[in-house]
Amino acid sequence: MTPEYYVYLATILFALGTVGVMVRRNALVAFMSVELMLNAANLAMVAFSQARGGLDGQVATFFVMVVAAAEVVIGLSIIIVIYRTRRSTSMDAASLLKL
Amino acid sequence: MNNIPTPTFEWLQLAPVMAVLVAACLGIVVEAVAPRARRFSLQVVLVVVGIVAALGLLVLNFFAGNIGILAMGAIALDGPTYLMWAALLVFGLLSILVFAERRVDNGMSAFAASAASVPGSQAEAEASEARHEHSEVFPLALFSLSGMMVFCAASDLVTAFVALEVMSLPLYLLSGMARRRRLLSQEAALKYFLLGSLSSAFFLFGMALAYGFSGSFDYRGIDAAVAAPVYGHGLLVTAMVLMAVGLLFKIGAVPFHNWVPDVYVGAPTPVTGFMAISTKLAAVGATARFFFVAVGAERWSWQPMIAAVALITMVVGVVLALSQTDIKRLLAYSSVSHAGFVLVAVVGAIVSTDTASSMAAIMYYLLAYGFATVAAFAMVTLVRNAAGEANDISNWAGLGRSNPVLAGAFAIIMLSFAGIPLTGGFIGKWGVFAAAWVGGYSWLVVAGVIASLVAAWVYLKVIVAMFFAPPVEGVSIAKGSLVTTIPIAVGALASVYLGLFPGPVMDLVTGASIFLR
Repeated sequence: MTPEYYVYLATILFALGTVGVMVRRNALVAFMSVELMLNAANLAMVAFSQARGGLDGQVATFFVMVVAAAEVVIGLSIIIVIYRTRRSTSMDAASLLKL
Repeated sequence: MNNIPTPTFEWLQLAPVMAVLVAACLGIVVEAVAPRARRFSLQVVLVVVGIVAALGLLVLNFFAGNIGILAMGAIALDGPTYLMWAALLVFGLLSILVFAERRVDNGMSAFAASAASVPGSQAEAEASEARHEHSEVFPLALFSLSGMMVFCAASDLVTAFVALEVMSLPLYLLSGMARRRRLLSQEAALKYFLLGSLSSAFFLFGMALAYGFSGSFDYRGIDAAVAAPVYGHGLLVTAMVLMAVGLLFKIGAVPFHNWVPDVYVGAPTPVTGFMAISTKLAAVGATARFFFVAVGAERWSWQPMIAAVALITMVVGVVLALSQTDIKRLLAYSSVSHAGFVLVAVVGAIVSTDTASSMAAIMYYLLAYGFATVAAFAMVTLVRNAAGEANDISNWAGLGRSNPVLAGAFAIIMLSFAGIPLTGGFIGKWGVFAAAWVGGYSWLVVAGVIASLVAAWVYLKVIVAMFFAPPVEGVSIAKGSLVTTIPIAVGALASVYLGLFPGPVMDLVTGASIFLR
């Protein structure tokens, strides 16, 4: 098994996630893209763990999963409150604050 | 496959963090069992007792001379950690006290009666009518505080990431809970959440690459791998850049500062005060620890990057602050520029033979900035008209005539922000510039001095408006209770003390500025 390919895949997923956050205007989709970035990092850590030996990287992914779950709880509650208020989750509609 | 060993945990040394966490958990219990009418005051008592107990335990540990790498290499208890923890606890206590202010707004706190209700709906009106309150804000703030304490002491990337999230997640919620201007507040929460989780994802991917480079999450393991690399240099540089994005976002440095003004304006003002100093302090501590301890040997790679960020942060922060008409936005841009001044010290002194000087300068600057910030935002909660806080600076005109004491205190705070001699801000700026100068970044010092001269105009403008312009009808400084006036008094007095008698505090920060490696 060559871990490099997994790291390349992780990098591609991470880049896709970043582009998703930047481009998509729906808060839910943007949030899903962030989750994709977190999971890309998980993949990279598992691959590196395999390459370097040792369990650190694999254990770390569990921490990341728990953190991601907590983030979902907070994120969805914020997005739902916004949706109830505005009947939309578009980030362009949320524009009371300007530079 | 090797087994995972049973972890060891130094309870006594980590007791200050535990005390804050226990107080936060007890706060949750209070929410569950105490009658509604009692909750608010019980929570305030818990906050005060928890933080004072943590401070007491910290002082005990300090005099017992307990230092070391604790909890299986996860947390480093050393001089900077003691300073950061003490500062976080003091600033946390002062700024969370402001949460409890209920006298200025018809006996209600600054938080929504029911944050889940739709603004303007029947449900909101009923909750408001029944005088419901979100007393959960206190445990949330305590959880965030415990995350900050771990973040600035983390000596291991996994711990740093988890602490980063523990510190941020409650803040996302808190910033969406304002009682007035709720649409603005919810929008700030969304913005803060999306950009914050984006930046943590960058931090996490950088951390994965750093792990790939070194085969270890431990800062000492990374340091060892930098000395004897297995993989190429590019992997390490990419890791450092990605992690710097995550850290600089939390510090609020340009070009990752977009969230700062929006979130500072939208969030309830007491929450803004809390995060303006505590988040910045913890993030600067974590940044300094990562760059000095883990990749200190690679400083030639990261110094130019941080120097460039420091330069544009100072310039952009000051220039944008010049044109602000809203006091909270002005303080937000001012906090961006202060982030730049702190980064000047981060850049500088690692080059000098004596790393102590840079960390001491950073700590002194953050202390001076912190006392001023806590007091400034407490003051913003008091200047009100019939519609709530009167944040437009034109409304602040003439306040010096109606309430010279509080206006005078605010003027002192503004002078400290500006870095006028005889205030803490001056000694702080002098320290960071000296550190950068010794470190060989004289061009950055010149830019910093110019930026701070321009910045002085921003603050003097507010003082002039307060004391030399005719008062505005309907705006006054509300008579706050002790929870607001104590932070203002402490902030103003500390700003003067740090400026007039810098010796004792300077000795303290210099003596405790060596990172344990």
